[in-house]
Amino acid sequence: MNGKLVKDLKEAIRLSGLEDGMTISFHHHLRNGDMVAVMVMEAICEMGIRNLNVNISSIFDTHEPFIGYIEDGVITGIETNYMGGVVGRAISEGLLDKPVIFRTHGGRPSDIISGKSPIDVAFIAAPTSDCMGNCTGKIGKSACGSLGYAFADAMYAGKSVVITDNLAEYPLVDYSIAENYIDYVVVVDKIGEPSGIVSGTTKITKDPVGLVIADYAARAIDASGLLVDGFSFQTGAGGASLAAAKYLKDIMLRKGVQGSYGLGGITSYMVDMMQSGCFKALYDVQCFDLDAIASLRTNPNHMEVTAAHYASPTAKSSAVDSLDVVILGATEIDTNFNVNVHTDSNGYIMGGSGGHSDTAAGAKMSMIVAPLSRARLPIVVDQVMCKSTPGHTVDVLVTQRGIAVNPLRGDLRDRFLDAGLPVFDIHELRDMAEKLNGKPKMLTRGDREVAKVIYRDGTLLDTIYNVPVR
Amino acid sequence: MRRSMLFFPGNSANMLLNADFLGSDSMILDLEDAVAPTEKDSARILVRNAIRDLGYTREVIVRINPVDSPYWEKDLQTIIPVKPDMIMPTKVSCADDVKIISDYIAGLEEQLGMEVGTVKLIPLIETALGVENAYQIASSDPRVEAIFLGGEDLTADLRCKRTKEGNEIFYARSRMVMAARAAGVDVYDTPWTDVEDYEGLIKDAEFAKSLGFTGKSSISPRHVTFINEVFSPTEEEIQYARDVFATIEKAKAEGKGVVSLRGKMIDAPIVARAAQVLEAAEAMKGGR
Repeated sequence: MNGKLVKDLKEAIRLSGLEDGMTISFHHHLRNGDMVAVMVMEAICEMGIRNLNVNISSIFDTHEPFIGYIEDGVITGIETNYMGGVVGRAISEGLLDKPVIFRTHGGRPSDIISGKSPIDVAFIAAPTSDCMGNCTGKIGKSACGSLGYAFADAMYAGKSVVITDNLAEYPLVDYSIAENYIDYVVVVDKIGEPSGIVSGTTKITKDPVGLVIADYAARAIDASGLLVDGFSFQTGAGGASLAAAKYLKDIMLRKGVQGSYGLGGITSYMVDMMQSGCFKALYDVQCFDLDAIASLRTNPNHMEVTAAHYASPTAKSSAVDSLDVVILGATEIDTNFNVNVHTDSNGYIMGGSGGHSDTAAGAKMSMIVAPLSRARLPIVVDQVMCKSTPGHTVDVLVTQRGIAVNPLRGDLRDRFLDAGLPVFDIHELRDMAEKLNGKPKMLTRGDREVAKVIYRDGTLLDTIYNVPVR
Repeated sequence: MRRSMLFFPGNSANMLLNADFLGSDSMILDLEDAVAPTEKDSARILVRNAIRDLGYTREVIVRINPVDSPYWEKDLQTIIPVKPDMIMPTKVSCADDVKIISDYIAGLEEQLGMEVGTVKLIPLIETALGVENAYQIASSDPRVEAIFLGGEDLTADLRCKRTKEGNEIFYARSRMVMAARAAGVDVYDTPWTDVEDYEGLIKDAEFAKSLGFTGKSSISPRHVTFINEVFSPTEEEIQYARDVFATIEKAKAEGKGVVSLRGKMIDAPIVARAAQVLEAAEAMKGGR
């Protein structure tokens, strides 16, 4: 049975009807091990198709060859939720004429589904697929776990092409994306480099400052009044966030709190929390390590969710809406609690919202964990260089020196003080950071728009300008 | 109150920057073993600037180089002007070692217009001779507020292996506690050196506490919480101490002379112990 198999990538591209000026899409579940996006771009380039808009859920450093395709005019537009430092640097220096469109993990599927950002051809890397396009990330040599970010692409693109390196017999059981959305299936030797797709196991930080922050974060959650039966939780995969999850687990087990669900990008620590009885279920939009993939494959309470189910602001409901607490990072936070996760201290793009602003908006308490300073630069500042997440959705900042609470959340402030936690005004934390590090000189930015940060509701949140090249 | 003392390498700017936030009751900023000879000058300046500019809220102890090294005078000249709470002299083997340092500090205090005796001492005893002279050291000078056992150097001097069980330092520990208590000063235990072995750390700290140590030092920030827990009074101890004072108050009001609590007569040692517990409980409030 050949089903929808076509002989190679170029054949699939030809059959899809891809032409100059169209929009193509990719997902980022293979993370820094992804070989598919570059492989597809190479075929497209050889076929002479140009002027494409690329909608990719995240760009990693492995996508460096995009820079060449932009220079050659093959790629002329980029829409994404996150951009790593390598491509980010080139974009910041003015590589692309049209500003990059940054969305959130929830905003992207929302705009795809509503037709605001239509996709002509979706290219879906799938660690395992049958010949009709029933596919999954749970098994295969390039297993990545959840395919959460790829669903909207597969379901709403004009044409959808599955690219796999593990062809399974039809019908594939326990598929993620179903054949009714798929037009063509292409088998290639290798879709990704396993070492770049997931880490073996995620490790909590050993940095003593990170551990102090994590300890305060866990104690603040304990004091928030939200840590009761039915508690739901999301945390990032950064060292301090994971350490906070570990401390939180200890508190939950000690107090016998039975939570409802853990959400988000899932790590071995969240799996461990579920297995220890802290949560009944995990809603998994993306797996970060091998333990998470194994759990998703074997534990029926560990469920794959689509990006729209995870965080779409226009869905009838999404999982972030029921979230109690989320722990998030920041490259900068200002005294109005606005957070920057897009640019570094020199103004270069090196990140993106991902689910940051979605979860901050949805959760009953959104908590930023960050050291007071990094590499002699204050993290608490007067005004962030880029507003990635608006301050009114950010409730708490936890640093090694103490905790600042958004004035909108006087209730939390009182609870933290009652628990004996070191609570400061955020201006005090800014002053401490400046006293230690001095006040950095204002950056001179260029006057060319290189990216637009679109909030989850579709409004323009901020504009990123070019960094002048000396 | 000092339950925990955490060592920080004097040449690590990042560690010094965050030293105040890591939960230990005292911070020992090290100019001695953690700092290579080529780094001595820069560490001295860094530690001085850190104490001067960072506004530390916890007790600051600076560990200086031994009196037989070419560094200790320069260490004191640089550090005393920023008024650390205490100086930790190293390889202290007899009362004279303390006198030399105390006199030198007195000279500096006079020059700087400080009250003589402002800066206290916590001699590090880490030689066989030092252990044998522990009482003389502990009672050698009014600056001495505590003595401190260094297990690693001591076992090298004893020509035996340092083990997790610690049988080889049992005598030294007991002798140190006896000497300190006889001299009326505090006494601090050597660090637990296996950073990852928390169970071993807790056992070791509990043993030190059972011998009479006031607290324990650490080379890892991750050990601090455990040490603080071991050396903090328990809820029951705090309640008992409160009951002791409540009973005394009641007896006073009723004009009784001798009182008992839970079938035991409340005598001076029990009152003293209860006062220590309440003082410790008060000092712990809101801290980590």
